[in-house]
Amino acid sequence: MSDTTPTRRITLEVQSYHPETDSAPHLQRWDVPFTDDMSLLQGLQHIKDHLDGSLSFRWSCRMAICGSCGFMVNGTPQLGCQVFLRDLAPGPVRVEPLAHFPVLRDLVVDQGSFLDKLEAVRPWLVPAHPQPLGAGPQRQTPQQMAQYQPYAQCINCLLCYAACPQVGLNPGFAGPAALALLHRWNADSRDVGWAARRDVANAEEGVWGCTLVGDCSTVCPKGVDPAHAINQNKVHSAADYLGLGRLLARRAPPP
Amino acid sequence: MKRSHEPVFWLLFGAGGMLSALVGPVLVFITGIAVPMGWLAPDALDHARVLAFARHPLGALAVWAVVSLFLFHGNHRVLHSLHDLGLHTGRVAQLACYGTATLGSVLAAVLLVSIRG
Amino acid sequence: MGGWWRRRSVHRRYMLREASALCITAYALLLLAGLVCLQRGEAAYAAWRALLGTPWSIGLHALALPLIAYHAITWFQVMPKTAPRLAVPPRWITLGGLALSALLSLALLVALWWVGR
Repeated sequence: MSDTTPTRRITLEVQSYHPETDSAPHLQRWDVPFTDDMSLLQGLQHIKDHLDGSLSFRWSCRMAICGSCGFMVNGTPQLGCQVFLRDLAPGPVRVEPLAHFPVLRDLVVDQGSFLDKLEAVRPWLVPAHPQPLGAGPQRQTPQQMAQYQPYAQCINCLLCYAACPQVGLNPGFAGPAALALLHRWNADSRDVGWAARRDVANAEEGVWGCTLVGDCSTVCPKGVDPAHAINQNKVHSAADYLGLGRLLARRAPPP
Repeated sequence: MKRSHEPVFWLLFGAGGMLSALVGPVLVFITGIAVPMGWLAPDALDHARVLAFARHPLGALAVWAVVSLFLFHGNHRVLHSLHDLGLHTGRVAQLACYGTATLGSVLAAVLLVSIRG
Repeated sequence: MGGWWRRRSVHRRYMLREASALCITAYALLLLAGLVCLQRGEAAYAAWRALLGTPWSIGLHALALPLIAYHAITWFQVMPKTAPRLAVPPRWITLGGLALSALLSLALLVALWWVGR
């Protein structure tokens, strides 16, 4: 058993903002003891448990699957559960809410704009024919699944939105995750929804808002590669513009 | 959502980007450094040679492609860089960037036709 | 959002990549000027040649060369992002593009050396 008695300490500078009393956000310094196995999220939990119970931040699974604990860590978007205090030592570590979103309180941001964008891309299966349960499962080859599987790993953590300068410059931009999920469904062999999603893709706020900075794919904790999804769809959107949309529409699989 | 007309300019940007990625560096080296410095075939750029090259259909096409596609590529990126720098110049900038590229392309074509003699 | 690109190195590199477009546009305009001079006759063309031979011109081209090379390298680095998944490993596309660029550059240099010897 490892000795869990904290032997080191690190300073966390955490953004604090209570809208009912504060006119603007400000950084609060906390001295946090830590062991080698502690994540930044655990550091924040230490503050909340022992130093300031009012500190507000989202978290849930502690294992990079729920997408809740995204923060700006020294200016870079990261999941709190995936970055370790031992790697941030000696500090100080600046912890701020995800960039490009309005701050509700402390480290909690308003994700509403993303949820609207997500809904706009219709992130669900649009089948060619209704699939009654009695028909059994729809089958796919490994190659067919490989076409969309990486994009299906998105946990909506919004690190990519915080990393994307175009989201910052143009809040109407659909953004990396929404467009990656648009592609995830278009690339699924069971889906024939290209026509339903094309208006979002073809718009200036769709794929054309992207200038291929590529930081979204770098910060993504799940390897989704939204930059790839978006820029592949620039080709699709251009083909659609030239009237070659028929080449994109998937022929309905046999019922 | 309104359909964007970006695809037209993006395809031109892409063609220009590919061409400049393939031969941009070497062209800049040849015309701007190697020949003026005399490192490489000093008379490669002399009047008679270049005129003959530009009169040849393939040579004319090459010159026109470089001028036109480089302009569309460069200006498209300049336009988007203005946006990146937070300058919201809208239609005026679009007209200036794509207009210059179009005028340059037309001018190059007219000149290449007129030197055929 | 002013100066947003100054804070992280990935964004600074992005802005450098975008800035390379200025050189591409500038070079195209320089060639276009050369084409105008070519059309106007030997004297005008000789003036364009003379301009290319000035230290200022050679110096500017020497500055433009690494920037355009940076464009070429980053172009082939991002090109796989427009290709369908699983078509070819991304690294192959990048290396293939760079190899093609090197090959064409070499071919052009050799061709000019051959013509001028």
